[in-house]
Amino acid sequence: MKYDIILAGVGGQGILTIAYMLDNAALARGYRIRQAEVHGMAQRGGAVYSHLRFSDREIVSDLIPRGQADMILSVEPLEVQRYLPLLHRDGVVVSSVHPFKNIPDYPDEKAILDALLELPRALLVDAKAIATANKMPRAENMAMLGAALPFLPFELADFDPFIKAQFERKGEHAVLANQAVLAQGFRMGMAVKERLDAGMPADAAYRETHTSL
Amino acid sequence: MKKQELLLGDEAVALAALHAGISGAYSYPGTPATEILEYVQSRAKEFNVTASWSANEKVAYEGAIGMSYCGKRALTSMKHVGLNVAADPFVNSGITGVDGGLVLCVADDPGMHSSQNEQDSRYLARFALIPCLEPLNQQEAYDMTREAFDLSERFKTPVMVRIVTRLAHSRAGVVTMEGRAQNALRITEDAAGYILLPSNARIQYDKLAAKQSALEEYAAKSPHNRICLDGDRKLGILCNAMAFNYVREAFPAGIPHPYVKVGCYPTPMGMIRKLVETVDEIVVVEEGYPFLEELLRGVVGVAGKAVHGKLDGRLPRTGELTPAIAARAFGIAMESAFAPTLEKLPGRPPALCPGCPHADSYRALKLAAGDFPKVPIFSDIGCYTLSFYPPYNAVDSCVDMGASIAMAIGAAHAGIHPVMCSIGDSTFGHSGMTGLLTAAYEKLPMTVFILDNGTVAMTGKQDTLLTGDALVNAVIGLGVEPEHVRVLSPLPKNLEENARIIREELAYKGLSVIIPKRDCVQAKR
Ligand SMILES: Cc1ncc(C[n+]2csc(CCOP(=O)(O)OP(=O)(O)O)c2C)c(N)n1
Ligand code: SF4
Repeated sequence: MKYDIILAGVGGQGILTIAYMLDNAALARGYRIRQAEVHGMAQRGGAVYSHLRFSDREIVSDLIPRGQADMILSVEPLEVQRYLPLLHRDGVVVSSVHPFKNIPDYPDEKAILDALLELPRALLVDAKAIATANKMPRAENMAMLGAALPFLPFELADFDPFIKAQFERKGEHAVLANQAVLAQGFRMGMAVKERLDAGMPADAAYRETHTSL
Repeated sequence: MKKQELLLGDEAVALAALHAGISGAYSYPGTPATEILEYVQSRAKEFNVTASWSANEKVAYEGAIGMSYCGKRALTSMKHVGLNVAADPFVNSGITGVDGGLVLCVADDPGMHSSQNEQDSRYLARFALIPCLEPLNQQEAYDMTREAFDLSERFKTPVMVRIVTRLAHSRAGVVTMEGRAQNALRITEDAAGYILLPSNARIQYDKLAAKQSALEEYAAKSPHNRICLDGDRKLGILCNAMAFNYVREAFPAGIPHPYVKVGCYPTPMGMIRKLVETVDEIVVVEEGYPFLEELLRGVVGVAGKAVHGKLDGRLPRTGELTPAIAARAFGIAMESAFAPTLEKLPGRPPALCPGCPHADSYRALKLAAGDFPKVPIFSDIGCYTLSFYPPYNAVDSCVDMGASIAMAIGAAHAGIHPVMCSIGDSTFGHSGMTGLLTAAYEKLPMTVFILDNGTVAMTGKQDTLLTGDALVNAVIGLGVEPEHVRVLSPLPKNLEENARIIREELAYKGLSVIIPKRDCVQAKR
């Protein structure tokens, strides 16, 4: 069993926190892991990504070879595009629809969503709405982690110790709120995935699941 | 399964050094090496070691030499270009030799993720005639760093551990070994060896030269250098550590050709010779410069056998390796199932944070400079270099740490006025002070901006050694007239007032220093 995942987003969106959660959960379940990330310059609002690999067998390189990623998990819809050449033909894209606009030439939002809908397997969620509904507007990353879980060999409770370790210093409330965002992201991911699996187009699956948010 | 710790490559090096019984770690921040010292700092109390940022890499390296002189083990770590700054003590430490184990971990940055070049430190190890270990994963980063300290004491030589960005900033589970106690304090009995007067230095250099055959033998027997002569002998593969991973990715069922993988230097010439004798044609794959490839080709090449690599275009000469690039060297295409589906994909370069003090400094600077003939603004390395991008378009040079002030000296000599340069507080402490001393001594007409944001922001908010009043005092101490040292508060509301002060100093036909002072907005969090 191997999982090769590209995490994507913009510096400041907490991509490395997602990586931290997944790394530790995978290690706790006895997987071998390799997780390459970017530090330094790019973190100032630039495109940030991580190659996260876990497997029950030896992992040879830190980078996921082209065409072999099982998932692109992105906190930002435009950022998905950069990593599509790495995606396996049966791979899935799990992306938030909420844009992060810090560049002057940010493309038309509708064009970005249309481009995602062209992909055979795209699971779209509104991470911003989920985070905001839980009064944690910056926790888009946790919502996306939750949305990806239906594809991964973890349970929600696997993340409890690491959410605690990460957010404890901000108080009990931050721990609970992040857990809530993760859980709601997970429920949303499940709801969308069920519809996709039943053959519903990705945009309809998105619309039908996001009415109450 | 043994207990594993989840560590970055950098952290694996740091933890290994702690377990190897270092008494001190010395560094100056620089991506991708920064997290080495940060990790040592995070556990300094527990292990009872000193771990501090030095003013620059030269100071860091010399601190490590001093500790070794006293019999204790020391780690010094830096990014590749940092070793240029520390090249003087580095090369000379090979000649003095060491007492306590001295290990230099240098982190190269192929692909220039966060650097101004992608130089390959293996050349510097060879230049200094010292051994170099090159890990290919985080476990080896740990194991080799431990080994490096023993190797250093056994052969009385500094040892380089060369890592690259991908390893430094990638995490994996690492199995660690029992720690070792620190060395006792024992001042060298061979002080003459450290007094590099020509009469002593000649003796020391002879000793260094004499060590080489023993080091070569060590490398020839090292398990980090691997030779396999199985498989299809039409082709042979020569690669270094990280490249070996990508070659393996290219052949998931196993490498079908004879190969040599190098992870311990001096280069294992015997192994490479054996490989060349065995095969008809050789492909060299290296993360870094074509170091092994150049050695192999020499002046006349390999008689009757084609050598492929970076020098004949089989692989790209520049940039970072990837599995797909390595595969292509063997004619294997790693296909993409998808191309970007969006028509135009804009880049997302890093940018100054909203509210950054540097933005206000450059706005005022540009406003004032608009009143003078267009002249270059010599600048330096740090977050403020990002003001090169629109909308600021503020800086006209960024060459190496400290170059701003020294290049302005050259421009003043060339006859430009006003001459402007800008430098961050940490970069000023690193190597701007000597430039300013030179300018003050010569009383050159220049205006120097020292952007004091109270931290080393670019590399992740480490402590800056010279900020606030201490910075002002240092500037005056170097010989700048106090009435031409002006401290500003770079805020949007002060734009006009700041521009007015800058204009005054630009018009002044002498040396002035303007210090915009406001904390980095990230540091306050
Ligand atoms: C020789 C060398 N050492 C280290 C670095 C890495 N580095 C780049 S900028 C910088 C420091 C920037 O600090 P400062 O001058 O205070 O500017 P700030 O980023 O805070 O604006 C460092 C350490 C480098 N590029 N070259
Ligand atoms: S980290 Fe600090 S100095 Fe760097 S861009 Fe952001 S605010 Fe400016």
